[in-house]
Amino acid sequence: MKAKVIVMPKKSVLDPQGVAVRDAIHHHGLPAVKSVRIGKFMELEVDNASPEKLHEICRDLLSNPVMEDYELIVEG
Amino acid sequence: MKAAVIRFPGSNCDQDCHLVLRELGVEVDYVWHKDTELSGYDLVVLPGGFSYGDYLRCGAIARFSPIMKAVKEHAARGGLLLGICNGFQILCEAGLLPGALIRNRDLHFICEHVHIRVENNETPFTNAASVDQVLHIPIAHGEGSYTADEATLAELNRDRRILVRYCDADGSTSAFANPNGSAENIAGICNAARNVFGLMPHPERACDSRLGSVDGRVFFESILRALGVSKAA
Repeated sequence: MKAKVIVMPKKSVLDPQGVAVRDAIHHHGLPAVKSVRIGKFMELEVDNASPEKLHEICRDLLSNPVMEDYELIVEG
Repeated sequence: MKAAVIRFPGSNCDQDCHLVLRELGVEVDYVWHKDTELSGYDLVVLPGGFSYGDYLRCGAIARFSPIMKAVKEHAARGGLLLGICNGFQILCEAGLLPGALIRNRDLHFICEHVHIRVENNETPFTNAASVDQVLHIPIAHGEGSYTADEATLAELNRDRRILVRYCDADGSTSAFANPNGSAENIAGICNAARNVFGLMPHPERACDSRLGSVDGRVFFESILRALGVSKAA
């Protein structure tokens, strides 16, 4: 099975990378882009694991709940 | 008094911490992150550096190193635990301190001397300082901006657990004096029991006049005083 994890900074936390990239996009000629947030995308190849265990890994290791939200998509 | 300096793969401030404590007459051991024993130590130090290359998030992987179980037990029984820079990041990831350290506001890695103001001198780490004392200490980090939700910040303030804040030379905690965007200019905090202290600045790099400041000594002298030890002549 494949687990896809998307980790994004919480909206309440400043994302200076996203701001820098947004400004670079404006400089590149697309002022229509109002905001950018940058996160991480992870792909896990898993033999077999319960959704609960995968969520635990997402919460405890792959994301930091203080400043990040995660989304877990399991395929197969 | 015995101190342990934990070494993770990628820690690089371990030797400076070891040297400073040794010069104060303290018996210091290096402890490898894969060890599992930490008995008999009065002080445990998580030094600065780039544990696990800062992969995933700073301190995110070190937090699960085998030694961390013993580190938590040491703190739970009241032992002194000091996390400097990456050590502070590890303490937050491990849940031993609240909040988190995120990327500096201006995205630059900042390596320079800054001023910090002592907010509370009633802890084992700051008793040798006076309240509002301004210290000149170097920082060297790219992810040192302290963040926490409003409830946590309120609790930290109420319980006087913010021990040091970034300030200017006159002691004023303006936004201009904040090098990395930390909430409320927070440079270091402690836990409710006051035996765990994490700070982003490097006091171990401010104990030798040849390095530009000896203001870092006050933290280590506080620790010795708290443990009832008189420092070596």
